[in-house]
Amino acid sequence: MLQLDRVELAQPGFRLTADWSVPKGARVALIGPSGAGKSSLLSAIAGFFPPVAGRILWAGTDIGAMPPGARPLSILFQDQNLFPHLTLAQNVAMGLRADLRLSTDERARVAAALARVGLQGLDDRRPGELSGGQQGRAALARVLLRARPLLLLDEPFAALGPALKGQMLGLVAEVAEDTGATVLMVTHDPADARRFAELTVLVAEGVAHRPHPTEALFAEPPPPLADYLGGA
Amino acid sequence: MASGARAIGALALLLVAAPLVAVAWAAGGVSLSAADWAALRFTVLQATVSSVVSVLLAVPVAKALARRRFPGRGALITLMGAPSLLPVIVAVLGLVAVYGRAGWLNDGLAAAGLPRVQVYGLQGVVMAHVFLNLPLATRMLLQGWQAIPAERFRLAESLSFRPADVARHLERPMLAEVVPGALATVFAVCLTSFAVALVLGGGPRATTLELAIYQAVRFDFDLGHAAGLALVQTALGAAAALAAWRMAQAAGFGAGLDRAPMWRGPDGWRRGADVLALGLAAAFLLVPMVAILLRGLPGLADLPPEVWAAAGRSVTVALVSTAATMTAALTLAVAVARGGARWLDLAAALPLATSGLVLGTGLFLIAQPIVPPTRLALPVTVLVNALLALPFAFRLLLPEARALHAGYGRLAESLGLQGPARLRLLTLPRLARPLGFSAGLTAALSMGDLGVIALFAADQGATLPLMVQRLMGAYRTEAAAGAALLLVGLSFALFWAFDAGGRRAAA
Amino acid sequence: MKPPLLAATVVSLAAGAAVAETPVLTVLTYDSFTSEWGPGPAVEQAFEAICGCDLRFVTGGDGAALLARLKLEGAASEADVVLGLDTSLAAEAAATGLFAPHGQAAAKGLPVPYDDPLFLPYDWGWFAFVHDKTRLPAPPASFEALAASEVKVVIQDPRSSTPGLGLLLWVKAAHGDRAAALWAELADNIVTVTPGWSEAYGLFLEGEADMVLSYTTSPAYHRIAEQDAGKDWAPFAEGHYLQVEVSGVLAASDQPDLARAFVAFTQGSEFQSVIPTTNWMYPAAEMPLPEGFETSRPEVSLLMTADEAQAARGPALAEWQAALGQ
Repeated sequence: MLQLDRVELAQPGFRLTADWSVPKGARVALIGPSGAGKSSLLSAIAGFFPPVAGRILWAGTDIGAMPPGARPLSILFQDQNLFPHLTLAQNVAMGLRADLRLSTDERARVAAALARVGLQGLDDRRPGELSGGQQGRAALARVLLRARPLLLLDEPFAALGPALKGQMLGLVAEVAEDTGATVLMVTHDPADARRFAELTVLVAEGVAHRPHPTEALFAEPPPPLADYLGGA
Repeated sequence: MASGARAIGALALLLVAAPLVAVAWAAGGVSLSAADWAALRFTVLQATVSSVVSVLLAVPVAKALARRRFPGRGALITLMGAPSLLPVIVAVLGLVAVYGRAGWLNDGLAAAGLPRVQVYGLQGVVMAHVFLNLPLATRMLLQGWQAIPAERFRLAESLSFRPADVARHLERPMLAEVVPGALATVFAVCLTSFAVALVLGGGPRATTLELAIYQAVRFDFDLGHAAGLALVQTALGAAAALAAWRMAQAAGFGAGLDRAPMWRGPDGWRRGADVLALGLAAAFLLVPMVAILLRGLPGLADLPPEVWAAAGRSVTVALVSTAATMTAALTLAVAVARGGARWLDLAAALPLATSGLVLGTGLFLIAQPIVPPTRLALPVTVLVNALLALPFAFRLLLPEARALHAGYGRLAESLGLQGPARLRLLTLPRLARPLGFSAGLTAALSMGDLGVIALFAADQGATLPLMVQRLMGAYRTEAAAGAALLLVGLSFALFWAFDAGGRRAAA
Repeated sequence: MKPPLLAATVVSLAAGAAVAETPVLTVLTYDSFTSEWGPGPAVEQAFEAICGCDLRFVTGGDGAALLARLKLEGAASEADVVLGLDTSLAAEAAATGLFAPHGQAAAKGLPVPYDDPLFLPYDWGWFAFVHDKTRLPAPPASFEALAASEVKVVIQDPRSSTPGLGLLLWVKAAHGDRAAALWAELADNIVTVTPGWSEAYGLFLEGEADMVLSYTTSPAYHRIAEQDAGKDWAPFAEGHYLQVEVSGVLAASDQPDLARAFVAFTQGSEFQSVIPTTNWMYPAAEMPLPEGFETSRPEVSLLMTADEAQAARGPALAEWQAALGQ
């Protein structure tokens, strides 16, 4: 279970509070206007943006003092999810061992992960030679190998077309299924939230509201969400 | 990493400050005199003009190199770096052979019935400093161009940017970030100039602070005066570094995916302008190198055996210095790029404006009560070379270290990529190009450096530059020119090996 | 600082253990003396053959650098003997109080008498402007004539070079109160000023100047070592200033007997005979000169006493800077 205990984020001109928890294995969408703090909240959970107050707990343990790489989570950013000078296999292998000193068995697992996301045979390509969709798949193959219980998605597929994005979200769902991961996904597309997440967090006006069943939320949107949807 | 960076920064500051303090301590204080104003004025004037001209001329050259592809481009980039590697005396004689009273240029002008040009004067000082620093400035700017991700140029092409638009949206922001650092670096190099300024300045009106320090130490034996002058010189260098920080604006291009650059340079008159810029720069930089080659070849055939031993010693010193400098520079650059304390930046820049003579004298004063200084000749040479090359290496690494951190720092941290694995898998491969270039520069500078160690020199263990000076001092001009050519050749070979190695590793 | 210091300590301990039996005599001298082409190697071999000691040279730039170094080190210097100061520095060197009497009789081979209890000459030479006879068949015959001519010269900076300081004293000794005006007249003949002798001589050989400040013995090098008789020195009517190079015993030496023995050795034929063709200076002892070493001598020798030189150099430098700094 992910628990945000009276978490408070602050920067000049920006403030966000969150005080709620997410059950294990849930798939949660974070939705809200641009600049409201969806990415900042993920950054805080991932360890890149220290909160000014409150605690972030996973399974009852405060993870606030852990360095990002040691936290029980994987994160995919909006861009730069792959190292451009490393091959796909190397990039994916980082999910197993960051120093890339792999055993034969581990190498087989890398190949299997690549195959699992449909990239078999592309081991030696570099990210620059791949399409956007293939890059997303490679990043997901790495998530698969990291097998952390929490997956944070900061709109990594925003640049893809609707059909491709749909495929990727399907793949995310499979990966989450495989690893049993809890997923938090930032999106600005209500359709993504509806298709993918049973719970949705509305981030607006300085508050990340507690998760709410997605369908119910969109059926009776509270005023800030209504404004956002109307404005969209 | 962070504590290592602090230790290295503190050591660099200590190595700059301690000798100054030791000299001032021995003198019981520091002093300045009214006559120093003239030296200060001339020093600031020549360093300002030299740095502005060097960087201004570097812009079209770097731009042409960045946007044109032609056979031999890589070789030209490497060759054009050579003048920065020359020992002062070799550079002066090479310049004079081409641009001097009896040089090729004046011979040519006279043959064509044109008036002769006078090299000695402020124009000569500036010309020599441009000769020595244009290569460095060009490489710093070229790295700036190369650091703009290909994706940005692709976007520019897709938006049908005209060259003026590319300049406005891509090149000017990049220059705003890179130019202040280049200016400050060249300015600081020229601050400490002394032999070049005196010889090509034509006499005592070209008295720089470093020459005034020579006078204070050697002619007047007024160590307090020397310390005062050195303090002024170091403060000027620090002021230049601080000004560069204030002026530099991060361009914020973000990271790319290493796509092959697809930027095709514009046609028309701009192609001609690029050809002209490259042609003129290559001629200006390479013709004196040809002169040095021609002077040295006859003496190369029968060099005294001692010269070869000295060459071996110099290469060893250069390699050890390079290892030390690169370790320090990379640690500092990565720490500063990750938002480390600002004073680290200053610590890495200060050695540039240090007075060589005061540094040597101070180290001598510090070492002498503990161990006979002559026993320290080679260690001190390594230490001083490493210290003096640190600012160059740091300045060359910092922009790419910053870009690396901005682009991939979070990804690396989210994957727990740290320590030696991060160095091996991320930092070294991503920074291979500037690492190779700055290691090459450091090695070459360490081959040529000499001034500081005169006090420590024993009769055994002379380095190659000292050997060149000894040969010249013994009337053996031809052998000296041959040994100088060997020195230049070895410096260049080291530079090339590191630079090409870095570029290959980056490819 | 630490690793080099530590390494050096280890090296010095090792070295110290190896030579503990043999006394070591340390001679501080200028760099070119000990170079493979200077007198150093022959001198070391000859002296070690008779002294039962290990003769070590420690080098430090040129004469002025030696004095600066001595002042830095004071009585803590590891040197026992200093070799290579010249007479323009002698008064200042004596004033340090670091030198002990050498106890030797005055050298006899000098053109002017020089007898100093602390400093013993081992070689000497006349400063002169050297030219290439084919390029300049009729060189000027005085400073006045040089100033009036179109002849271009390259000189050394008195602040950083021993010959440069010698020239300053030469003009002062020959022209006294006229020196400042003369420098102003010479300004347009001076192509440039270099930090040291090597750069100036190099520029001259490149053809940048018609003449270079050097020594009357410089043409001898070209004649003897290069079989080139084309170089010569120009006799100046007012006479030529002398450079007299001296050695001295340091009072704080832990080998005073060896030190005095070495200074005495500098007067002997083994030392003196290598001077002309290694240091390219005149020997201080009366002895035959190598074939081709000398074709003619200046008629008048100029030399200030050590105290005169000491008093003159500050004001002379100011005149020089004022005249050339315009």
